Amino acid sequence: MEAAENYSAPLRSKIKNFLPPIVFMSPLTVLVFLFFFIPVLLTIFISMTDMSTASLTHWHFIGLKNYAKLVKFRWTKILLKNTVFYVATTLALFNVGMALVLGIVTTLLPRKQGMAARALWLLPRITPSVVYVMMWKWIAADAPYGIINEHIFGPLGLPTKNWVMAAPWVLVILVNGYIGASFGMIIFTSAIESIPREFIYASLVDGATTWQRVKYVILPMIRWPLLFVTTYQTLSLLTSFEQILLLTDGGPGRYGTEVWALNAYHRALANYWGNIQFGYGAMLAAVLVVIGIIMSYVYLRVFKFNELVVEPRIETL
Amino acid sequence: MESDVSQYTSKAEKTVIYIFLFIVTLPILVGYVWLAISSFAPITYGLIPHGGLTLKYWNFLTHTLPQRPSIWTVTLNTLILAVGLTVLDVLISSMAGYALSRIKFPGRKGFLSLTLILHAFPSVTLLIAIFFVLRLLHLYDTLLGVLLVMVSLQLPLGTWLMKGFFDNVSWDMERSALIDGCTRLCAWWKIVLPNIRPGIAALSIFAFITGWGEFLIPYTFTTTDAHATIAVFLQSLIGDSTFVSYGQVAAVGLFQMIPVIIFFLFTQEYLLSIFSGGTKGTA
Repeated sequence: MEAAENYSAPLRSKIKNFLPPIVFMSPLTVLVFLFFFIPVLLTIFISMTDMSTASLTHWHFIGLKNYAKLVKFRWTKILLKNTVFYVATTLALFNVGMALVLGIVTTLLPRKQGMAARALWLLPRITPSVVYVMMWKWIAADAPYGIINEHIFGPLGLPTKNWVMAAPWVLVILVNGYIGASFGMIIFTSAIESIPREFIYASLVDGATTWQRVKYVILPMIRWPLLFVTTYQTLSLLTSFEQILLLTDGGPGRYGTEVWALNAYHRALANYWGNIQFGYGAMLAAVLVVIGIIMSYVYLRVFKFNELVVEPRIETL
Repeated sequence: MESDVSQYTSKAEKTVIYIFLFIVTLPILVGYVWLAISSFAPITYGLIPHGGLTLKYWNFLTHTLPQRPSIWTVTLNTLILAVGLTVLDVLISSMAGYALSRIKFPGRKGFLSLTLILHAFPSVTLLIAIFFVLRLLHLYDTLLGVLLVMVSLQLPLGTWLMKGFFDNVSWDMERSALIDGCTRLCAWWKIVLPNIRPGIAALSIFAFITGWGEFLIPYTFTTTDAHATIAVFLQSLIGDSTFVSYGQVAAVGLFQMIPVIIFFLFTQEYLLSIFSGGTKGTA
């Protein structure tokens, strides 16, 4: 009797200690398991099958054949070229370039005005994507409806065009860039605002101009956030395709602005002109999944996210 | 203000900055102005309305458009998703965020790293596999399925933000509550949650706007008209190649913008603060 009590007391306290974390963590765990873990494994698994609408019930495990097909496929080169061009240009011009300029100039303004400018740049990010892309379509639409044609090209006597068709990459980069710039802008702003004031005052005492202050004080102090935004946004751009889907759907033609992530989607989920190729699409997605896992891990290690893990103090009660 | 260094920027420099900001921000402003004008004008050339004012493009509110679901069905679906996402995201994130912030348990560090990795992980790459998971759970083409996917993909960000808010709450009140015999669940609900109301408000606004505007997930995982959201409905109006009515599309677009505009006007600072806490970069 006594022995049983001795045995059950620590067990009961153990259960008592474990019950709260189990209760608190289980909803998250279940959903993460269903919609992150299983999908990651499933993506890699399906990428090694020939699953398609034609062979949904009698598919075969084909190992790395999809990957071999990718290497040989003549469109792969175009897909790769489009993707690199899209990511590099949008990143340089907007997600890092414009973001940096906005971060710097809005912090040179009085607080209120700077905030207002940043808030406006947040609008594209919170606007429903369909509405947002629609606005750009009409900014670029044919004369007399389109804003560029009616108010700029027309009055100047220049030929008017539907710019989504005439210059699809320009529009794709603008549409994505105007959303993408706000991420870096906010990170850079908070980095600049947390630069110790003494550095700024020291440079002022030395008689530095605004440009010198930016170049010799602000830029060197935000190198780390700059690197973070660059890597983080590279991954975001590499995997995002929603705006391109809505704007050009990969056109004009079949591969005009088709990027890697959009092609995976087209092949596996929205292939209206023929057989849906789950295997091939999953293979394209699996490449991005692997890149995503590696890069997420890199953020964790390189950017020392781990240092934020502080042991809870309440247990020392 | 002492920390304001803008006083050291010269007037000329400020003028240059304002001109630059005006030019680069112009496309953003023009888009919204166009939306407002063309939904009330019979015809719009560029930004110039012609033919007076009309409300005919707004009759989709009272008359169902041919071969389309009623706007109110679609609005109800969108509202269910947005409110559902807000409630579940805040509830689940604040539970997990609390445990990660305040309770010592084996695997805590692992969970925290995992949350961070998932936060950075591009979840959009998983859509193909999620399609199969939904089919398996018999949740494909249901609002519940769409809702669960949306909640799951938002959770890493929410949990991460909530953990941050909990970290900043004083321990003393919670400690005394626990000494007085309150359980962890009771301390969380009665003592800690009321202390992070601003955080909950910020995450709620963010979740609502995300859910309200979401296009890709409902578009991919539903096929029935009765399950469409406003975003899907609007895209079907634009994508209809036979006839696109500019004014009609603008009116529906403006209709979808209403809650976003309201939140934007009144809560910009919340929004800016949540984005500095960690954005999931959509582009």
